[in-house]
Amino acid sequence: MTRPNLTSPTEAGHFYCLEERPHPEGHSTMLGFWMYLMSDCLIFAILFACYAVLGGNYAAGPAPRDLFDLDLIALNTAMLLLSSLTFGFALIAMQREALGTTLVWLGVTGLFGAAFLGIELYEFHHLVELGATPQRSAFLSAFFTLVGTHGIHVTFGLVWLATMMVQLRRHGLIAANRRRLMCLSMFWHFLDVIWIGVFTFVYLMGMLR
Amino acid sequence: MISQNAPAKPRAIEMPRASMRDYGWGFVLSVVMTAVPFWLVAERPLDAGATAALIMILAAAQVIVHMIFFLHMTPKAEGGWSLTSLIFTIIVIVIMLAGSLWVMHHLNSNMMPMPHGEAELL
Repeated sequence: MTRPNLTSPTEAGHFYCLEERPHPEGHSTMLGFWMYLMSDCLIFAILFACYAVLGGNYAAGPAPRDLFDLDLIALNTAMLLLSSLTFGFALIAMQREALGTTLVWLGVTGLFGAAFLGIELYEFHHLVELGATPQRSAFLSAFFTLVGTHGIHVTFGLVWLATMMVQLRRHGLIAANRRRLMCLSMFWHFLDVIWIGVFTFVYLMGMLR
Repeated sequence: MISQNAPAKPRAIEMPRASMRDYGWGFVLSVVMTAVPFWLVAERPLDAGATAALIMILAAAQVIVHMIFFLHMTPKAEGGWSLTSLIFTIIVIVIMLAGSLWVMHHLNSNMMPMPHGEAELL
């Protein structure tokens, strides 16, 4: 039995790819951004786990049922869901090369996002007024960390959105801007996905406790 | 014919296409899957256990709806790597969430009950 060539050192050169494959600019941006979103997902998973473990430790303080207003949360959820839809409209306008329409829908998305953030800040302010501050109990620490982290993400999403609108005004629908807008759309929709977890596990399950 | 030395024309980057149909379906399904759990919790037609199970199932279903219709997730996106990394992330999350809850639950139930005041002496 002979096994020619396999152990021969001269053959080693054939084992790597000699052809240079094309790497168009930005061709892996979407996947890279997806990887970032997955790692962000892990941050939220850790905060959800904290909330799941500590969510019942009220330290003789207020419980979810004393604090949460479901109507307000429903309104907040509607704002975020509508902003996801209008972002979709912006993307569709982008594909039709309609810069003006894209900007209008992005603006509407920003307004819905700002409304979401405003309602959330109003809720936080209301809780602090009641004395339900993050220092009050482990439940409230976990609550403010989880919901606050989501709120900070939305805030930065809004900053990015405003930046994109300026970029689009200046340079139009160039390839780089389309790529950036697709990344922002993934970020925005991802935040809506996280919010599904927040309203289900924190607010709705909290009311059931 | 493009010669080998010509500057390579930037090839269009593959981007998922957003369509009105996708966003319409995604939005309608999401509204239903959001309205039903809020109604279940506000009106309480079922007992707590069944309500909790149902709203968790609806949340999971809504996450899948968002992934498909809003994030344009398909098994073929980015040569399958998007889905692979998503599945990996889900596995890590499940291990971490289930593990945390399990460990902390055991810790809670195995703690020795302590009369009031004795904890301060330790």
